[in-house]
Amino acid sequence: MYELLTGPLLWLVFAISFGGLLVRVVLYFKGLSQQLDRVAYRPHLSYGLKGAFNSIISWLNPVGARAWRIRPGFTLIFFAFHIGLLLTPILLTAHNVMLQENLGFSLPQLPACIADILSWTVIVAGLFMVLRRIAFPEVRILTTAYDYLLLVITVAPFVTGLIARYQGGDYQFWLLAHIITGEIWLLCLPFTKLSHCVLFFCSRAQLGMDYGIKRGGMKGSTFSW
Amino acid sequence: MPQGKLCNRQPIKTDEQLKLTLADKSGIQYYAEMEELDVDTDLLWSTIQKTMKSRTKTWLEICAHCGMCAESCFLYQVNDRIPEQVPSYKIQSTLGHIVKKKGKVSNEFMRHCMEVAWSQCTCCNRCGMYCPHGIDMGVMFSYLRGLLYSQGFVPWELKIGSGMHRVYRAQMDVTTEDWVETCEWMAEETEEEWPGLTIPVDKQDADIMYTCNAREPKHYPEDLAEAAILFHVAGVNWTVPSEGWEQTSLSMFAGDWECCKDNVNHVYSAIERLNPARVTGTECGHAHRATVIEGPYWAGRPDGLPPKPYIHYVEWLAEALREGKLKIDPAKRIKEPVTLQDSCNYVRNQGLKDVTREIISYIVEPGYFVEMAPNKEHNYCCGGGGGFNGIGRFREQRNVALRKKMDQILDTGCKLVIAPCHNCWDAIRDLEEEYEIGIRWSFLKPLIIGMLDIPEGMRVEW
Repeated sequence: MYELLTGPLLWLVFAISFGGLLVRVVLYFKGLSQQLDRVAYRPHLSYGLKGAFNSIISWLNPVGARAWRIRPGFTLIFFAFHIGLLLTPILLTAHNVMLQENLGFSLPQLPACIADILSWTVIVAGLFMVLRRIAFPEVRILTTAYDYLLLVITVAPFVTGLIARYQGGDYQFWLLAHIITGEIWLLCLPFTKLSHCVLFFCSRAQLGMDYGIKRGGMKGSTFSW
Repeated sequence: MPQGKLCNRQPIKTDEQLKLTLADKSGIQYYAEMEELDVDTDLLWSTIQKTMKSRTKTWLEICAHCGMCAESCFLYQVNDRIPEQVPSYKIQSTLGHIVKKKGKVSNEFMRHCMEVAWSQCTCCNRCGMYCPHGIDMGVMFSYLRGLLYSQGFVPWELKIGSGMHRVYRAQMDVTTEDWVETCEWMAEETEEEWPGLTIPVDKQDADIMYTCNAREPKHYPEDLAEAAILFHVAGVNWTVPSEGWEQTSLSMFAGDWECCKDNVNHVYSAIERLNPARVTGTECGHAHRATVIEGPYWAGRPDGLPPKPYIHYVEWLAEALREGKLKIDPAKRIKEPVTLQDSCNYVRNQGLKDVTREIISYIVEPGYFVEMAPNKEHNYCCGGGGGFNGIGRFREQRNVALRKKMDQILDTGCKLVIAPCHNCWDAIRDLEEEYEIGIRWSFLKPLIIGMLDIPEGMRVEW
């Protein structure tokens, strides 16, 4: 079972997930329309690219966009969640051992205690995100069961991973549970709203081009985000 | 009922139909017919399939439902922060629902969408700046308005407005003859005080071609006279076209995209016919957005630009003051606290925030200019944008919307508000009428004329 899940099935999952995300990016850009979007993407490419770059950088920086600055509490939870979510799986020692065995190289590895902290951060921040959805009327009205399901799918590999790591209960069971939940998460990336992991960049680049070209960039104005 | 006599899927194309619709006071029959109007669900879905591109599709899909857009919306703020006013909710529960249902929605739902699209969003685009995913609900509401218009679910005034543009190529029934006569009349009247002043119509190869808002010749012809005075004093070789002088687009607010294209092409053909070096529009925000920012795309211009450099009035004014073509008498500068309304349609939509402040630096005594908070691209809509000002059915909601601007102005402590945009000017006038907070408001033209340092002999004093 373990061999299957970490062998051919894992490769298939990777192919579907990363291939799917690539398709999403290509379709996004192919599906833009200069006339219907009212942005001359190509003729003013340099203004557009500058705007796109500004927009992406500003929003990847927790103090870069005004929206982040005016809500420090949410910003902290949001960034903690995403940083943990991104760094832990890539830089975890156990994952890199597998990488070394399969592809003959590995990435820098996080000390175990940092990986633990990051994993806990994802779980706690995820919990705050759920509480926020329940507590605030302006978020509650937007929230659907689908939003909760996606949060569960995203946090599940961290919960199962930590239980396995602390050897809580049947190690083999939790290890398999961790692999399966991780693979479910990967498979969901291209087909659900989780595709924002790449489409965030597309959408920000697009709006950045819009502002960088007609909405001020060509008039020499740099918008504060 | 498949289609009504007044409320239907056909745009108003004839003077007769226009007068018929206008005669229906407050749209009583029109709205009654709307309640019976069939939704052509097949047409709706095929239109969506043809026109909804990856940007909007993706935005609808990846909205994280985080609620970050809520506080960015002034309508959410002034409506007691009710969750139904959260921008994301507004678009997801209207356009999002139509898409989810593949266009199979009821008459009642379409009327609900109409109310949301025209009374709960002014397309000010502020939310787009506060969304981590860069989702611009204002853009999507413009799109939704197009869908609603194509199905006949559009407020009565805007159906008429876009009909006016179709029939008269102006937002009001100002014909070419009326327009040219107004130019002649204003030139004659103004020349008595300003010897040598003319309003040249259809002059070839001028330095500047001037275009305006049809409300000006119709209701405020003095605005045209003021523009003429300032061009005259600045010594500009200018002209107005006899056709293609109207740069506003109520059709943009109505979602009548075919009409938008026709109108902007009319202005562009005037530019091509008269070949001016540049074009300047009047003090109007949505007119600028229509003709300069969005118009080139409607017209299918690949570079997204009008045929000649086309600047907003504030850009021309700042330049004339900077270059000394217009001189301000320091003794006449504004010496009372004064604030400035940043129009969404040229500040957030074209970055013209610094030139307006440059003008302020010439005309206001240092220390008297008070910024609104927030300001520049973060400023709030005047409260009446996107057609909201003109829709009788939603007057009550519009009056609530004005409160945000009222609070912003009250916070500055100023009694004078400079509003270089017709729509903002109207909204601020209405807010004074509604709430009586004791303020005055002004376009830039009359203010500047009042404080000009005029060369001797140029003006006849009476």
